[in-house]
Amino acid sequence: MDFYLGLLQIIGVHTLLGLSAYVVLLTGQVSMAQAGFYAIGAYVAAMCTAMFGLHILPAIIVAGLVTAAIACVVGFPALRVKGLMLVVATLAFGEMVRLFFFNFSWQVERGGELIGPNSAEGFRAIRFFPENGWEIWHVTGFIWIVVAVVMGALWWIDNTRAGAVLRAVGHDETAAQSIGLNLTAVKVGAMTLGGLVAGMGGGIYAHTVTHIEHAVFGVLLATFAIAYPILGGLGSVFGTLIAVIFIQGFLVEGLRFLGDWRSLLFGALIVLAMNFRPTGLLGERMPRLFKRRGPDKLELKEAE
Amino acid sequence: MLTLENLSKHFGGVRAVDGVTLTIREGEIFGLIGPNGSGKSTTVNLITGLYTPTTGTVTLDGWDLTAMPQHARTSRGVARTFQNIRLFGNLTVAQNLWVAQNGHEQRREHFLSRWFKPGGEHGASVDELLQFSRLYSKRDVLAGNLSFGEMRRLEMARALASNPRVLLLDEPAAGASQEDGQLLAERIRAVRDRGVTVLLIEHMMELVMGITDRIAVLNFGQKIAEGTPREIQDDPQVRAAYLGSGHDEKMERASA
Repeated sequence: MDFYLGLLQIIGVHTLLGLSAYVVLLTGQVSMAQAGFYAIGAYVAAMCTAMFGLHILPAIIVAGLVTAAIACVVGFPALRVKGLMLVVATLAFGEMVRLFFFNFSWQVERGGELIGPNSAEGFRAIRFFPENGWEIWHVTGFIWIVVAVVMGALWWIDNTRAGAVLRAVGHDETAAQSIGLNLTAVKVGAMTLGGLVAGMGGGIYAHTVTHIEHAVFGVLLATFAIAYPILGGLGSVFGTLIAVIFIQGFLVEGLRFLGDWRSLLFGALIVLAMNFRPTGLLGERMPRLFKRRGPDKLELKEAE
Repeated sequence: MLTLENLSKHFGGVRAVDGVTLTIREGEIFGLIGPNGSGKSTTVNLITGLYTPTTGTVTLDGWDLTAMPQHARTSRGVARTFQNIRLFGNLTVAQNLWVAQNGHEQRREHFLSRWFKPGGEHGASVDELLQFSRLYSKRDVLAGNLSFGEMRRLEMARALASNPRVLLLDEPAAGASQEDGQLLAERIRAVRDRGVTVLLIEHMMELVMGITDRIAVLNFGQKIAEGTPREIQDDPQVRAAYLGSGHDEKMERASA
């Protein structure tokens, strides 16, 4: 049972990571910086609880806000470049963040021991959950409440004018500019929102594993982050969720019995999935289930 | 109202637009014609801000637009369509108009209500534009699934969604049949009757001669003539510029 609850936790935090890339991808930007934002969120939230004794909830909110502010600042220069150049620029940013934490050391004494990030050794003893007597299912429940709130908020934004504007910019920048949209503002806005979500996800992640270190937040994690929305498709936030379940639940955990063959099949299955569903598992269009029924009636009225 | 002053755009050694001076008056339909490669589309791109001019200025109602980014020009009242239609194919027809509401008075709406309005409430102005463009029944269709003619109508409606003062139409009849050209002429007049000044760039001579109030002719980036359709047809320089390209004959037909 604990195994499945643990798996649910992984799926939860990775969904947040994937959603942060989803928001940026809506505007057509492939960002490899999400793992860097995730790292910032993880360290900030861990510092809040372990070093300054904050509760987990304000800690992840602070982590989200700090990361959003950094994402906003990074967004201005980074989003001046496009396509492959943006991939390289954001990748470089992610590595910068990782190397920063590789060298970052700041410890305070708490309860007779030194606590805080200690450069290459990482940040140990982020023990908010065990110290406060949270059971594994408490933690899992907490994670999924946050995931549900974030998904709900992004789903709502997606259906407002802001969501349509993000998609418009993603579809055709020249046309978006010609109708009076400020591309920089829209892209930096998406990056900031992505940073907020990634920071919260990282903050939760740090507490589930109790020990974080720079090596976790490398290129592989950044690749996973962008792979989720690409595989899941830009139809809606649920595409990203399904992709995370597919990759983390099925490919990573479900195929463990295959041993070394797993890695081979892993790649093959992703290639297959992308071949059968080139626009992602849920595609650009929304699934029928979520479509409004209104328009049909209106058309009838007009015909009469 | 819209004034181009000594406007030039050089691409390396090529003078795509070379010292063009033009004044377009409020409420008129102004035609900009010229042989292929004469700098018409470049002029449009200079007015909307897609290109920055090498020299010269663009002013609208006394506001200098030359240094403004594109989105600021839209809120000052400049809107355009593209020669090769550029819609948001991943959005519905209504959403295409909705995202384009970036005009001056629309910007004054409160930030939250402007950006986070839920999907159902596109507002009366969107409905009105849908009706004006005869696209109301298609409002929830993805723009990418429309027919060619509907796409053209939607693109013009999208340009009107920001309540522009001047609308730049870049070859709106490209790919259209003769009858479509007739309908297009009516639509352009209807746009003008909404109080929008129209700058029409077009190859189809019948259309330009039929509906414009005044015309300017470009050749090799320079303005070679300006006047009423009548005057343009009788201008020897214009005839020379078009000679051999087949348009001469068309001009006579249009004037007949």
